[in-house]
Amino acid sequence: MGKENLVKIAQLSCGSVYSGIQQEIEMAAGMVDAEIIYPEITIDDVKVVQEEFGLQVASPDLRLMMARAKALVDGKVRADAVLIATCFRCAEGALVRNEIRRYIHENSKLPVISYSFTERTTAATLLTRLEALTTTARRRSLLAREHQEGLTAGIDSGSTTTKAVIMKDDKVVGTGWVPTVKVMESATEALDNAMKEAGITRDDIQALGVTGYGRFLIGEEFKASLIQEEITVNSKGAVYLAGFQKGQATVIDIGGMDNKAISVQDGIPGMFTMGGICAGASGRFLEMTAKRLGVDITELGALAVKGMRENVEMNSYCIVFGIQSLVNSLAKGSSADDVAAAACFSVVEQVFMQQLQEVEVKEPLIMVGGSALIAGVPRAMEKLLQIKVTVPPYAQYIGAVGAALLASGFINK
Amino acid sequence: MVKVFIYPSNSLILSDLVDRFGHEPLAMMQEIGKNIRTAGLDSPPINITPEDPKRGLKYAAVEVPAGVRGRMSLLGPLLEEAEAGIIVKEPDISFGCMGCARTNELINFLVRAKKIPLLELNYPNTEEDAKTFVYRIREFLDGLSASGTGKGDE
Repeated sequence: MGKENLVKIAQLSCGSVYSGIQQEIEMAAGMVDAEIIYPEITIDDVKVVQEEFGLQVASPDLRLMMARAKALVDGKVRADAVLIATCFRCAEGALVRNEIRRYIHENSKLPVISYSFTERTTAATLLTRLEALTTTARRRSLLAREHQEGLTAGIDSGSTTTKAVIMKDDKVVGTGWVPTVKVMESATEALDNAMKEAGITRDDIQALGVTGYGRFLIGEEFKASLIQEEITVNSKGAVYLAGFQKGQATVIDIGGMDNKAISVQDGIPGMFTMGGICAGASGRFLEMTAKRLGVDITELGALAVKGMRENVEMNSYCIVFGIQSLVNSLAKGSSADDVAAAACFSVVEQVFMQQLQEVEVKEPLIMVGGSALIAGVPRAMEKLLQIKVTVPPYAQYIGAVGAALLASGFINK
Repeated sequence: MVKVFIYPSNSLILSDLVDRFGHEPLAMMQEIGKNIRTAGLDSPPINITPEDPKRGLKYAAVEVPAGVRGRMSLLGPLLEEAEAGIIVKEPDISFGCMGCARTNELINFLVRAKKIPLLELNYPNTEEDAKTFVYRIREFLDGLSASGTGKGDE
């Protein structure tokens, strides 16, 4: 990453020092050319803040957080972005974290990221989050873009698949979708396919945006106008495709390797979680299920919609034991439909337990990524959360569309 | 001389009073000081090391927030050493930061459970209260010496 304008991130936190992760936060900030600052306040500010906030809490450090948030909103302290962090598992901390995030969001234009940490939180875990935060601070005007203009391309170099789109005047005119094998070769192939479909050549493309795991490599090789992490790009792409650019939304992307749950306001990400340690909660699990059932992944959704997940006993969400449960069920005579339904439900349930507990789920809920096209997955999410789930067109190209949309801000620059 | 655990555990006033009246205060500052002065830490000054929340498991289970366990890794050993304790109830934040309410609940409980001589006082809000506050602390600390509490008693 090249040197960029220094972004001042105000840290509002409780427990980060005593959890032993403060140096990790500062290290991650350094990697994205940001500086962590602690808004100064007086003791009197802390004394009165509970009354002003209307939230009475027992922990003085949480009161300090509220006073610091107020200092930011009142403009007593200058910052470009805000990081709110409290200990994972602290209920009082979670309440304050949410309320402060909402308060800053409603009363200032500062981008906010909130995070609940454990003692195992590392700089690497925080990096994408702080990258998203600093990009939001640096490129707020770019993220306000609601229309795609000219002829632009977007490439999403994901861990499992590489997607490319060509867009022209708010329309997708070409798509490419290939498995990620070698990052550069797959990106080239996906882009070639998209250009072929659109009937254009590389010279016609006015601006290119890239995102995903391979973004730095392909961004450099293709001389992209925009190289951006997937949180901001996917948020923007999701609300753009679903037609919810204004107001709040929740975006869920169950990917091949990791999942993202993002709380979005006016197309700008607020809270989000990225999970990816457990393959049992990812698209990979669905791929393995399809393989075991002897169907193509594209057919799994239709099977799942017909099936009853209650007919299958799943004791574990682990990719190993979960598949074992499904195999056992098949051996006992369960139908492929029921097994497909159980697999979809188990993925969704794990996303709910591991990630949605940390993100405020607000309607509309937009599901994106290839897994959203497996009909059983959004269906299971609707049943679990009891809210309607929107799957926009081109859901599997979300990152590439977001990148093409944002890249159009670089035309003629 | 008796080892006296104080709450708020980083109160300079309490620490000073215990010291002035001839006993050894067990305060957070000395523990953080050890960490900061320990050679070999990557980027001093840091209050605790990433290892500390793991050590804190001795005092609080894994489902307890990491910040509580990190604090307990510093305060727990002090509680083990404590031969007497002074708890100031509902102190002002400027009297000594007691950041995490969950840690405070736990350490107050552990001090009480230890069945050592314990003085519990309300935080003084007037000058008159403050005089009584200091007097009662002195009385308690003098009593510790007279009753022979503590292994290291003079």
